[in-house]
Amino acid sequence: MTTNTTASQTSSGDVSYLSASYGIKSWLLTLDHKRVGILYLIMTTVFFMVGGLFASLIRLELLTPQGDVFEADTYNKLFTMHGVAMIFFFLIPSVPAVLGNFLLPIQIGARDVAFPKLNLLSWYCFMVGGTLATFAIVMGGVDTGWTFYTPYSSTYSSYYVALALSGVFINGFSSILTGVNFLTTIHRMRAPGMTWFRLPLFIWAQYATSVIMILGTPVVAITLLLVALENLFRIGIFDPALGGDPILFQHMFWFYSHPAVYIMIVPGFGVISEVIACFARKRIFGYTFVAFSSLAIALLGFLVWGHHMFTTGQSMYAGMVFSFISFLVGVPTAVKIFNWTATLYRGSISLETPMYYALGFIGLFMLGGLTGLFLSTIAVDIHLHDTYFVVAHFHFVMVGGMVMAYLAGIHFWWPKMTGRMYHEGWSKASALLIFFGFNLTFFPQFVLGYLGMPRRYHVYPEEFQILNVMSTAGASILAVGYLILFAYLFLSLFVGRKAGPNPWRAVGLEWEIPSPPGPHNFDVTPIVTKEAYAYEEADVTRFGGNANDAEGEQIHQEEGAEA
Amino acid sequence: MSSNAQPVALNHQFEDLQQQYEAANMGMWAFIAQEIMFFGGLFAGYTVYRFKYLGAFIEGSNHLPIELGALNTAVLIASSFTMAMAVRAAQQGAKNPLLRWILATMVLGTTFLVIKAFEYADKYHHGLLPGSSFEGSGQLKIFFSFYFAMTGMHALHMIIGLGLIVWLIPKIRRGTYTSEYFSPIENFGLYWHFVDIIWIFLFPLLYLIGRDPWPIM
Repeated sequence: MTTNTTASQTSSGDVSYLSASYGIKSWLLTLDHKRVGILYLIMTTVFFMVGGLFASLIRLELLTPQGDVFEADTYNKLFTMHGVAMIFFFLIPSVPAVLGNFLLPIQIGARDVAFPKLNLLSWYCFMVGGTLATFAIVMGGVDTGWTFYTPYSSTYSSYYVALALSGVFINGFSSILTGVNFLTTIHRMRAPGMTWFRLPLFIWAQYATSVIMILGTPVVAITLLLVALENLFRIGIFDPALGGDPILFQHMFWFYSHPAVYIMIVPGFGVISEVIACFARKRIFGYTFVAFSSLAIALLGFLVWGHHMFTTGQSMYAGMVFSFISFLVGVPTAVKIFNWTATLYRGSISLETPMYYALGFIGLFMLGGLTGLFLSTIAVDIHLHDTYFVVAHFHFVMVGGMVMAYLAGIHFWWPKMTGRMYHEGWSKASALLIFFGFNLTFFPQFVLGYLGMPRRYHVYPEEFQILNVMSTAGASILAVGYLILFAYLFLSLFVGRKAGPNPWRAVGLEWEIPSPPGPHNFDVTPIVTKEAYAYEEADVTRFGGNANDAEGEQIHQEEGAEA
Repeated sequence: MSSNAQPVALNHQFEDLQQQYEAANMGMWAFIAQEIMFFGGLFAGYTVYRFKYLGAFIEGSNHLPIELGALNTAVLIASSFTMAMAVRAAQQGAKNPLLRWILATMVLGTTFLVIKAFEYADKYHHGLLPGSSFEGSGQLKIFFSFYFAMTGMHALHMIIGLGLIVWLIPKIRRGTYTSEYFSPIENFGLYWHFVDIIWIFLFPLLYLIGRDPWPIM
């Protein structure tokens, strides 16, 4: 994806988006998509730490079978706030709003997103939502579980639930605005020559994610609004005492919240495609399939919500259909896994830190995905529903998958975002610690769930203690891994060596501009003439074609003929 | 202002006005798609309970004043007409007609809300406002919960629309919109028509279907 303007892109001197202007105001009123991305990065990191703190307290309580640290009510609040902080304020905005905001316009050769003001507004919605939710935590806490099931959240709840609900509701606008913005930007702002099938797969993933954000988020918004109204004014829509149906809430909630799982994971797929291609020095195997599998997942994701409700008394026939469609999601997901593996096959693999995370992602996400098939089998789900098996499953997908992908992306693009390299030894050590700690934390939970330990209890029978101790030990290692990560990334801002425009010799428009990029990304609008992952060609140019002579020459000639 | 070399209305991230126009238009349609899903949640809930509690829903419909509902429908359809004329005036770069049509739209929108306020007040006086003092069966309360949630959400969208008109008027007076740059008016028109269409569905669902043939006040 080289352009004919490479030389002129570096001519704008030393002004980067970071040094273009200074002061708090220049950040809080910025219309630069890169700065909005950084604002999101800072705040999602704060929420990640808050959510992580709650997780540590949960694991501390579960160290022993008795409830010796917290009361049952406090424990309910802890896991609720852990879920709310992690899902709504970290996982959902992490890849789209941080990496997507920073990279999406650059990767398609645009100066900014289509609607920069809406982009900034989305961050403020996120902040207002986050503040309300935090206020609800500080004032009294919410104990409904992150799912806000009625009637826990309506008839039997405090007014703080309404506060937390409005926080999540307003935060939803941030998702919607990001989705509208990205969808429009991808459709209308691509540089000349950037055809749909020259788009990096990260963009395809963001596109699929935007569709889910636009079509899914408003449904949960109206649902949570109805619950909040019910909570505040005692109107009754989900209230069984009036003849209302609490199960209807679950249907409407999961209509969004299952696709929301794909809001979290699909952009992670995009990151992995970029990282794998770069560190295997190959074009992604089956580009078109990987691109369309993102859209297929987005579509199928809307048709499977009932698999959260096999045990609620929904119709058995509906359950069978939901079960079948849930299996179908496995197909596009497997397409991705197989294609990444095929990309690695005979690639020139180098194990840099982003690649550590990407390889970790493939293994952990596959375990998470395959255990999802257990849960979408109705008969097995009756046994496993609401046990630690479910907890382990979605943590393998969300942490083992999504957080690993996010960290792969952060490590891959950190030099681009900050202009600095982080410490290689520490970063690899922490990647290994995180991988090891993660497995020790969550693998025992599969066994616990299979043996029948229910989730959301602060006490458990004594025979489960060994596995719980293992899990808590793993969580401590995981925490150390994250702390090391925060430390070296923070230090790299001051002591890291200069990265230069392209430390990984990666291809892609973002690597052809300085690190950190200038305020308007490109001085001259780039003209794209190549596919997204022209690694073979880039390496032939670089090494003079001495390694794989014949093959390299052939590609070179083909490209020449095309031009 | 029509023959400037570099149009003032072009934002920095776009190459030309055409791209900017297409982006704004597409953004609005994407936003309307999410609005449809937003109201779709309410319509889905309404449908479920209507099947469950048909009797209570018909009783609820009989409590609603069909004359005021019909009048409001006419008012909104008229406002869609004035809005369409405003968009046409904007496309032609006709500043004064644009201002007049948009003001007419504002007056009609306000009229709708005033009539709606009288209806709400009437419900309050008859103890039909869902809440702890609701006078009626639980199922009827569910109907009125939907009535207030749906019409309330619709009214909120009307209020936002009127707010946008207030924001547009000074810009129209300054001559911001020309035959080359009118996408804010056009996209506002899309929003306004969308809000009208919601009411076109709400009116039969809440006031008309299943009620007694002769209106009871």
